[in-house]
Amino acid sequence: MYRYDEFDHAFVSARVEQFKDQVERRLSGELTEEQFRPLRLMNGVYLQLHAYMLRVAVPYGTLSSRQMHKLAHIARRYDRGYGHFTTRQNIQYNWPALKDIPAVLDELASVEMHALQTSGNCIRNVTADHFAGAAADEVGDPRPYAEILRQWSSMHPEFSYLPRKFKIAVTGADRDRAAIQVHDIGLHLKKNEAGELGFAVYVGGGQGRTPMVAKKIRDFLPVEDLLTYTTAIVRVYNLNGRRDNKYKARIKILVHETGTEEITRQIETEWQAIKETDLKLPQQDVDAIDTYFAPPNLVQRPEGWSGLAAARKADHAFSAWVDQNVTPHKNPDYGVVTISLKPIGGIPGDATDAQMDLVADIAEKFSYDEIRVSHEQNLVLPHVAIADLRIVYDLLLTDGLATANAGLITDIISCPGLDYCALATARSIPVAQRISERFGNPERQADIGELKLKISGCINACGHHHVGHIGILGVEKKGEELYQISLGGSGDEICTIGDITGRGFSSEEIVDAIETIVDRYLEIRTDKEETFLTTYRRVGAAPFKDALYSEVANAA
Amino acid sequence: MSVKVLTANRLTDGEVVWLGANGEWLEHIDGALIARHAEAVNALEEAGKSAIKSNLVIDVNVIDVEERGTDLYPVRLRERIRQLGPTIRLDLGKQAEKPKAA
Repeated sequence: MYRYDEFDHAFVSARVEQFKDQVERRLSGELTEEQFRPLRLMNGVYLQLHAYMLRVAVPYGTLSSRQMHKLAHIARRYDRGYGHFTTRQNIQYNWPALKDIPAVLDELASVEMHALQTSGNCIRNVTADHFAGAAADEVGDPRPYAEILRQWSSMHPEFSYLPRKFKIAVTGADRDRAAIQVHDIGLHLKKNEAGELGFAVYVGGGQGRTPMVAKKIRDFLPVEDLLTYTTAIVRVYNLNGRRDNKYKARIKILVHETGTEEITRQIETEWQAIKETDLKLPQQDVDAIDTYFAPPNLVQRPEGWSGLAAARKADHAFSAWVDQNVTPHKNPDYGVVTISLKPIGGIPGDATDAQMDLVADIAEKFSYDEIRVSHEQNLVLPHVAIADLRIVYDLLLTDGLATANAGLITDIISCPGLDYCALATARSIPVAQRISERFGNPERQADIGELKLKISGCINACGHHHVGHIGILGVEKKGEELYQISLGGSGDEICTIGDITGRGFSSEEIVDAIETIVDRYLEIRTDKEETFLTTYRRVGAAPFKDALYSEVANAA
Repeated sequence: MSVKVLTANRLTDGEVVWLGANGEWLEHIDGALIARHAEAVNALEEAGKSAIKSNLVIDVNVIDVEERGTDLYPVRLRERIRQLGPTIRLDLGKQAEKPKAA
């Protein structure tokens, strides 16, 4: 894992001291709210409905046990005993007092964490594949490059006041688990024919009120050009992005209005001018960062497989969990374990302080001290020996963390919605809970198979509904919550924005409507191997619309 | 009939508060100063502006409420959630602190 050097420590400590002073000046009245607001946002402090909210970055989703214990401690001491893991690999605390936040930032700094650039019109926390460094299908670990981007973008003098926020995601496998094509910049780490590492570069993706799939503007960018090319992109955006209209200020609008060919030309021109400057990455610098992310020295544990077969035979629930939540590791003696934060009927992404402590303890003993936060609001133990799966499962089971639903219909992404968020127009969590309960039967969800259901409580789309196989958007209409459904979205390497089915559904109707869609899928799929998304891509929206609206019409 | 009250979040901890008839910021909506006509609403808005200046609260808004018997019932769901707490965690927010009088 990356460790702060002296510069990082000094930098983060200086920011904590600065914010401490700003909070004191705010509380004394020296700073008005108007003056303070942009300062608090730069430190991840929002105001929500019930209280302030602190958004803490988990850079590229990687945590050590010590860091996770600290997150638990903060939840216990300064908040209400829980935290909420988000779709941006952050954790949000929903109840901190403003006066306590400098102390929280101090605590975070002591374990090399911070809340910098988790808000504001700057380059946000860089996200990465949550299976980075472990997945069997990985070409290269994306995290060293995410870390280089983090260092480069932190307090970047030119890019601290962009037209709007700017999100970068990096993946290191052909299977895109970081949703890179719905980011402002998406980087796909790959090898060229000569076996050299580089990136396919995507620009101008995003969700929100104007969802767009990113355009690939370069098929292979050598690693050494990462920062020069990224600088060229952000510079073109900073110069030409719209500052006149908040809703048209993201780079996706600039790319769309300028045209892919022309914007690529502008970026390439800018790049040629800076290509050979100081930002060109020397190989020794890449190597130096790389060493921090060297895979742990995994002990050979070949005994795991025979024991696993017996354990699976003896316990159906354990076997289902292995099937659903354990994915292949580079080392065949190991597996990558997804810890579902989606218990049936629970709140997606929430974890109590005790759960965080438990995960930290398990990671320390059984996952080489490493934990990941996924953009799907789950946690990951990246290096668990097959031989230890049973004991890890039993430990997770003690605090409701062994739900066997990764990738299934109850593994729902949900934003906080109107239960917490000042921007939300409808609640999303209660809808997620009711859908989870409706489909909670293990056999039923296993039969339905892979189905990504995502819910947002407003048009800003923090719940990624545009790329849900089934997406739900909650809005307010005539004072009531109304839920619009979209189908066929996908945030992976074949990225698509979902199609809206038609008129929305009331809070009472929405769960039945989802069930209608799922039942229609089960009727028309060719066989169990044909997933919901594949079926949708084969047949289109019509059969689902028929089912939804003719049924409603019949009932009326 | 809908009337209006003034609500905000307390500066120090973000706690939801309403302007009381006694001029204090109250942690519960009961006892909030009610504006029943345009002049009174203007007065609320003025009170809001001066409250921001006095540095006690932030995000000050005039909201619609209905008088239901002796209770004040915010018209918008958003405000009802602010009044009580998250609908998915009844152990949190004001709903957890204040047993509803019978």
